[in-house]
Amino acid sequence: MSDLVIAGEALSSRLFLGTGGLPNVALLGPVLDAARPALVTVSMRRTSSLAEGGLLAALRTAGARLLPNTAGCLSAREAVLTAELAREALGTDWVKLEVVGDEHSLLPDTVELLDAAEELVRRGFVVLPYTTDDPVLARRLVDAGCAAVMPLGSPIGSGLGVLNPHAIAAVRAAVDVPVVLDAGVGTASDAALAMELGCDAVLAATAVTRADDPVAMAAALRLGVEAGLLARAAGRIPRRTSARASSPVLGRVG
Amino acid sequence: MTITCTCNGEELRTGAASVADLLRERLGSAAPDGVAVAVDGEVVPRSAWADRPLADGAVVDVVTAVQGG
Repeated sequence: MSDLVIAGEALSSRLFLGTGGLPNVALLGPVLDAARPALVTVSMRRTSSLAEGGLLAALRTAGARLLPNTAGCLSAREAVLTAELAREALGTDWVKLEVVGDEHSLLPDTVELLDAAEELVRRGFVVLPYTTDDPVLARRLVDAGCAAVMPLGSPIGSGLGVLNPHAIAAVRAAVDVPVVLDAGVGTASDAALAMELGCDAVLAATAVTRADDPVAMAAALRLGVEAGLLARAAGRIPRRTSARASSPVLGRVG
Repeated sequence: MTITCTCNGEELRTGAASVADLLRERLGSAAPDGVAVAVDGEVVPRSAWADRPLADGAVVDVVTAVQGG
């Protein structure tokens, strides 16, 4: 099974993990052990105490590769500044670019998103944009220089899974960069479906961090991603509208 | 000399003359790990914290990584 490569770098797995919502930092180590994510997302927020640095220390101890996001940004200007702050604080020029239209839907503001993507690429960032499941926009983001696209399966934190599988498959067909399903994953079968549709990786946050047992769900998602990738490569049977016996017709008793 | 600046949205009077002074005052360290600073909407690189003076009315943001998706 070949590695996932983004911006010329081979990644260690096809699951990205978001840390938002984890009830306590002590769970982070076991969750990371179970999920074995290629990248772990963090957000950048104002701080008035170094005690908040406990998360970073735990992530570094675990050897996690960080992917800062621009969650909560409502404009290209905010997102570009947040990405610059993340690059300075964390020493990575990779960024999961999020620019949302409002704090209720958390859906991408696609106009601001494209503006921000263009500017960040110009500034030397490796940009992974959280986007709608729109193949035309995905192509525009790739034209702007994005290293991958991250279409949503359904709204952030909803756990509704992949609401429009045809659109995700269309995004996959529209671009020649990795496609990472982002947002909406609720359980392992959602991750498997995303991979069967041709996604190269899956990002999950809430599905793990707010599960009854985050460690067990982290393992389940890892296996779901692997199962979906294997199934995709195996080639599923065509769907039929009628039955087709798998047991021989000849030699029946009676 | 005392100036008035806005740090993380909060207006405060401070004797800090540089970004490093302000970080020492607010966080107890002049060069905290995993932290980035913007002054008036522009990132100030860590290497410039000690030398970057704070003007009266400066708007300073001090950020670090937190849990997020």
